[in-house]
Amino acid sequence: MATAAVDLDTRVHYLNAGYGIKSWLLTTDHKRIAILYMASITFFFLVGGIAAVLIRIHLIEPNGAIFEPGTYNKLFSMHGIFMVFFFMIPSIPAVLGNFLVPMMIGARDLAFPKLNLLSWYIFMVGGCLALYAVIWGGVDTGWTFYTPLSTTYANTNVLSAALGVFVSGFSSILTGLNFVVTIHKMRAPGMTWFRMPLFLWAMYATSIIQILGTPVVAITLVLVALERLFHVGVFDPAVGGDPILFQHLFWFYSHPAVYIMILPSMGVVSELVTCFSKKRIFGYSFIAFSSVAIAVISFLVWGHHMFVSGQSIYAGIVFSALSFLVAIPSAIKVFNWTATLYKGSVSYQAPMLYALGFIGLFTMGGLTGLFLATLATDTHLHDTYFVVGHFHYIMVGGAVMGYLGGIHFWWPKITGRLYPDGWARLAAAIIFIGFNLTFFPQYMVGYLGMPRRYAIYPPEFQVLNVMSSAGASILAVGYAIPLVYLIWSMRYGPVAGPNPWGAKGLEWETPSPPPTENFEEIPVVREEAYAYGE
Amino acid sequence: MPDHVVPKKIYFAIFASLLALTGLTTGMAYVNLGPWNTIVALIIACCKATLVALFFMHLRWSPRVMRVVLLSALLWLAILISLTTTDFFSRDWIPIPEGWESSLLRRENFNRNPRGQPATWREPQSFARNAGRDASTNLEVLTPRAGTSGS
Amino acid sequence: MADSHAGSALAHQFEDLEQQHDAADLGMWIFLATEVMFFGGLFAGYTIYRNLYEPGFAAGSHMLNVTIGAINTAVLICSSLTMALAVRAAQIGKRSSLLTCLILTIMLGLAFILIKLTLEWRHDYLEGFVPGLNFTFAGPNAKSVELFFCFYFTMTGVHALHMVVGVGVLGVLLAQAWKGRFGPERYNAVETAGLYWHFVDIVWIFLFPLLYLIGGRY
Repeated sequence: MATAAVDLDTRVHYLNAGYGIKSWLLTTDHKRIAILYMASITFFFLVGGIAAVLIRIHLIEPNGAIFEPGTYNKLFSMHGIFMVFFFMIPSIPAVLGNFLVPMMIGARDLAFPKLNLLSWYIFMVGGCLALYAVIWGGVDTGWTFYTPLSTTYANTNVLSAALGVFVSGFSSILTGLNFVVTIHKMRAPGMTWFRMPLFLWAMYATSIIQILGTPVVAITLVLVALERLFHVGVFDPAVGGDPILFQHLFWFYSHPAVYIMILPSMGVVSELVTCFSKKRIFGYSFIAFSSVAIAVISFLVWGHHMFVSGQSIYAGIVFSALSFLVAIPSAIKVFNWTATLYKGSVSYQAPMLYALGFIGLFTMGGLTGLFLATLATDTHLHDTYFVVGHFHYIMVGGAVMGYLGGIHFWWPKITGRLYPDGWARLAAAIIFIGFNLTFFPQYMVGYLGMPRRYAIYPPEFQVLNVMSSAGASILAVGYAIPLVYLIWSMRYGPVAGPNPWGAKGLEWETPSPPPTENFEEIPVVREEAYAYGE
Repeated sequence: MPDHVVPKKIYFAIFASLLALTGLTTGMAYVNLGPWNTIVALIIACCKATLVALFFMHLRWSPRVMRVVLLSALLWLAILISLTTTDFFSRDWIPIPEGWESSLLRRENFNRNPRGQPATWREPQSFARNAGRDASTNLEVLTPRAGTSGS
Repeated sequence: MADSHAGSALAHQFEDLEQQHDAADLGMWIFLATEVMFFGGLFAGYTIYRNLYEPGFAAGSHMLNVTIGAINTAVLICSSLTMALAVRAAQIGKRSSLLTCLILTIMLGLAFILIKLTLEWRHDYLEGFVPGLNFTFAGPNAKSVELFFCFYFTMTGVHALHMVVGVGVLGVLLAQAWKGRFGPERYNAVETAGLYWHFVDIVWIFLFPLLYLIGGRY
């Protein structure tokens, strides 16, 4: 113990390789950039989370407890914009991806380290623009910026919010670009495509979506800005434009965007499930191909957000059928994870609890998505709380739990310290309970007809809304606890060795924390991925 | 490390072809081909773009992955354009006017039902509820009050 | 000689110059894929409205000057040639050719932008064809013509913005080439800038027929 502590202090690794703010703000080390991102997205999560807390408190009363409807509109817009664009989309790619992709692949850094740093700065500029929008009066169009509200009728800070999203999109593009080139060109000797950890396949699939989808929402927001500023009316019916075109262009990105949010989490879960069952993953190539299939098919289904918008019914039929198709690869993954658990030597540390929570909650969210993919039932459920419940089960019950599981799993590698697992397991349980109490009533109240984005609701829905708000308070406590013990562990946690979990993977063959160059010499890969029990 | 150095005469040959094709496409615009004008113009544009990509951008001598990247981008663009146009161009396949709900908002449709037929406005009926329950179905028996249903 | 030069040209994350070159190329091609999708949104909207409002779009297109458009197309094709020659000069280490070709490319790019600004856009402004600013066309299909000009200015505007950025990048490369930075082992930057420049040319190759030659000129 004493020698380990001395090693941590005297050994040079990426955290103590340079001190001072310049060494952090001008770093090109992918690991430091990952930490910068981690701090930024945590901040934006708090911003979006405060909006969520205010929304849930407001919805305790049927007539709205606190806010005017106009202010309520600004709150759910702020919640959506910050959570989607400034927390969920960067979360795993920019934090865990940046940290782990070079290490898992056996490289010293990403292909373009300076571009990586630029990506973080672009992200911060976008975030500041969005913050400006919120502080200087808010934006009330929803995170979806539908026209003609956003282009013509809104009196709020649409431009700066849209500009913030536009700018941060380029951060997303550059990150994806970096990952694709790194995975194609910088794999260690012996690391064939099918020996890569599944996390890398997930990051590759995510990067494809980031690269091909984000530019479309970028140009769409440019058109919204042009119409708002200069009355260049591409979506304006007065000159023959069609607001539905905006929806097509917007959702062409924003549907694949939700897969940007879930695919990395699925990659994390693949890593966690194998390590904590001490068993080779079941169906490696099925999971790998499913990741890519999800990325490709996700671009074919965006019209399912527009079934009742005035889109033609025939297009609706096509999109509905394709939306059923996209559920299949996700289901394949769930089956494969479950088969991995079967007859494995399962242990229930905190990362595994998050992974198991993911599998259950993502399945529920995914199944409710099928109700929404069906044209007939979607007519009733569209724009109700059923949709809100559906996507929160996937994004919070799925993606965020995957993110937290990943943070806990790789925390010893990132910081060189262990966190207290008892507290971590308690927090995971509180999050699970709070989450279900918050969002399951939303399915029920949505099915009963409560519309979303409404500041008031009929009194008969109050019980379910109060349950949801109570769950939100528990969920908030659950999220606060890791913040405390993780920060505590950075100073007082026991020092971690290179591989506290006994996991397989190149990143576990380096010291914790790793040296700046990751590897003394580039490793040569001789065994398959997840060679547990060999 | 340096990849293939392209001889200058290939560059000049491609340059000349591009200028010729530009002249061709401009000239073809002055010839009446009806709907084929657009198709011819697009085909010529694709030829020019292919020449630039293959020779000026060195795709002919680049690793296969670059071609896959370009073709994927074009495929994705095709997906965007084609699926969006299926919406716009199948809207009037439905016998009911496009967006039947919104068509009801037009002034001339204020007195039509969703099938486009003239709607007749009737006063809502009011019912008395004190006749008890039907024995077989257990549903309440409702009797219309006199004089409440309009014509 | 090769080692010290290679040592300074090789970034620390790469194993050898070939890997570095391939990575830079792949990176730029992926960026161009994002640009395809960026312009693609505009092309998608254009395709739909063009098919919905054919007479109006044809009328709008007829108000553009085909000759100037064709000249601009030729200017860009020339600049692509000089750019390709510049990359070749960097590859074989001929500094004087590299400088000449870069300067020619920059001048042709500036010529394109100048022609656009002074001969086309200024003329459109004076004729009252700019939506949101002074659009005053009052013939048949006036609304579709206005929609056409919305697309015309947005598409050529975004394209011109990309040209300006390209000219800026080439200017930086010119300064570096002047200092003798490029040679057979270090020409990635010129090649990647070349890829970008050719792509901007390709976008114009599609913009020209779609904007200027609709509905025929017979």
